[in-house]
Amino acid sequence: MAAKHRHTISVLVENKFGVLSRIAGLFSGRGFNIESLSVAPTLDATTSRMTIITVGDDKIVEQITKQLNKLIDVIKVIDFTGDDHDHVEREIVLVKINAEPSNRAEILRMVEIFRGKVVDVSPKTYMIEVTGAEGKLNAFVEMIRPLGILEVARSGKVAMSRGKKSLT
Amino acid sequence: MKMSGARILVESLKKLGVDQIFGYPGGVVLPIYDELFKAPELRHYLVRHEQGGVHAADGFARATGRVGVALVTSGPGATNAVTGIATAYMDSIPLVVFTGQVPTALIGNDAFQEADIIGITRPCVKHSYLVRDVRELAQTIAEAFYIASTGKPGPVLVDLPKDVVTEETEFVWPEAVSLRSYNPNVVAHVKQIERLADALEKAKRPVIYVGGGMIAANGSAELKKLAELTKAPVTETLMGLGSLPTDHPLNLGMLGMHGTYRANMAMSHADLVIALGARFDDRVTGKLDEFAVHATIAHVDIDPTAISKNVKCHIPVVGDLKDALVKLNADLKKRKVDWKGNRADWTAQIAEWHAANALAYAKKKNVIKPQFVLETINEITKGDAIYCTEVGQNQMWAAQFLKLNGPRTFLTSGGLGTMGYGFPAAIGAQAAFPAKRVFDIAGDASIQMNIQELGTAMQYRLPVIIVILNNGFLGMVRQWQQLFYGKRYAYSCTEFQPDFVKLAEAYGAFGVRVTKPDEVKGAIEKALASGRPAIVDCVVDREENVYPMVPAGAPITKMLLA
Repeated sequence: MAAKHRHTISVLVENKFGVLSRIAGLFSGRGFNIESLSVAPTLDATTSRMTIITVGDDKIVEQITKQLNKLIDVIKVIDFTGDDHDHVEREIVLVKINAEPSNRAEILRMVEIFRGKVVDVSPKTYMIEVTGAEGKLNAFVEMIRPLGILEVARSGKVAMSRGKKSLT
Repeated sequence: MKMSGARILVESLKKLGVDQIFGYPGGVVLPIYDELFKAPELRHYLVRHEQGGVHAADGFARATGRVGVALVTSGPGATNAVTGIATAYMDSIPLVVFTGQVPTALIGNDAFQEADIIGITRPCVKHSYLVRDVRELAQTIAEAFYIASTGKPGPVLVDLPKDVVTEETEFVWPEAVSLRSYNPNVVAHVKQIERLADALEKAKRPVIYVGGGMIAANGSAELKKLAELTKAPVTETLMGLGSLPTDHPLNLGMLGMHGTYRANMAMSHADLVIALGARFDDRVTGKLDEFAVHATIAHVDIDPTAISKNVKCHIPVVGDLKDALVKLNADLKKRKVDWKGNRADWTAQIAEWHAANALAYAKKKNVIKPQFVLETINEITKGDAIYCTEVGQNQMWAAQFLKLNGPRTFLTSGGLGTMGYGFPAAIGAQAAFPAKRVFDIAGDASIQMNIQELGTAMQYRLPVIIVILNNGFLGMVRQWQQLFYGKRYAYSCTEFQPDFVKLAEAYGAFGVRVTKPDEVKGAIEKALASGRPAIVDCVVDREENVYPMVPAGAPITKMLLA
């Protein structure tokens, strides 16, 4: 078996009715894997940018990028994985946590270490926002897990090339 | 001038040069039909089932190379069309299918005859549109035809809510279409062409492996030049049949599961395989690990996803096949090579494989062999005909035995393998070419899947000849059960069948049954002479098998021979 790798793929698409289902359907119909997917319009409101995290060997990922390109509404596809695609990846996580008087100080210390923010406070809970690469978010969640997490929401990654290169 | 959406549709079809459409009316498409009533120059064929309508449009498209057009109503009309759309998708046939839809305000409400046809067909269309504003209609129709017919062709579905076809707007026809996300005019890279020419010059044992892309690209003349110049043998897939005339000395016939012995042996011993518009389907390659292992693989295809999908390609050329072949031939002509001398050993080897004569069958005096029926058809038509097939043994025998004079004369459901395809496709081909003789080579099971289209053939006087190779079985299923399931014929015997002669007569068509070999020729000639749609019911040897056969998953050199 060829080695499987995680790939971060950005897709620029026409911002049209049904595009998301075409992309999701392509993955499910051909047995490709989606780990996460995020979509939002770009500066040009007629296009959207998707970031897809997928896992596969080289042959599968080659098929994924070719099949994506074949969809009529897809304008451009970039696979960020590989040496010539130096890029930045970011994700956001919201964590709602039990905030008892006994552990509030500990929570705030973690938030500070991970350069997060407390974005909502109630008598019993904090909601914390942390942004960063996947590893950092995983580490943060693990560190505060013993304190009593009520809920986690992650955005899925977004990615962008460093320097002058651009998808749009 | 302001026009209704329905009128805009009709005017757009005229602008596109469409003159024949296949369809079936129903509630939400009545405004469109009302406009068709006023436009007799657009000939509408009322089919008997929407599946038949889409297959007929598909047969029209395959026979002519033009875009086939079908029109059906919402809900069941649309869902009935799905098999036809999927058939065209798998074989890359240019179609535009218009489906009615409930009014936009009712979409999603489970309204009467509502189906999410865009969602249902999403994996089997090249593209689809739900038109939500009449002002987008003309542009959408222009895009649909452009997408269906360019690049790798395919079916495009346009879903038309009732209010969109009744509302009015100015009709503005877009004279040119361009889409920033779709650039189909791929020109083959000259450097890659040069690499391919180098490989061909060096090769000792080349094989040109031709698929349906050759038909789609209208590349036959260039293929002939290439083969004749370089003395390279050609093998065709089921979809590629007719690219080169069957009797051309360099044509090895079909390859793969039911391919000829020489074609499969040549592929397996080749040092260079040049795939032209083919996609290394599992029915062609057999066991992948042992497929063409000695060969450098070159592949010319308009579709980048086809390249290196199943078999690793060493010389990829993405582009229009005809354009690529024009360039390749020009390059090769400049080279001083003793092509004939270089090929002497290879040609001799192939001739030796051919001598094995793997298509031979035992003729019987009192029993009709299905192969004999096809040979008789060859004798009568001399290849001057369009052949459609159903799916199964009838299809494979037709592929092995019919002699084709050129492209677009063999219409068959290769990818999806749709039983019931052949007859309605023959109706579409006959509608396109009224003066040609059109045959549907059928089995007794397949023909019953769209037999209702006899009504269409009668109504429009389309004298399609249905030749049933009647063995009273689902023949190919039975063959697999015999060979791989211990002869347990689970539900593959059609213990009841209609009297096909009376059935034809009930429609006013010509019907004749033959049970002896010496009756076959006369019966087919009578059917042709009747000038009517006809059924020639040939009662054939019940347990005849299609050979050679490569068992599924075996290497293509491991052929079962008769």
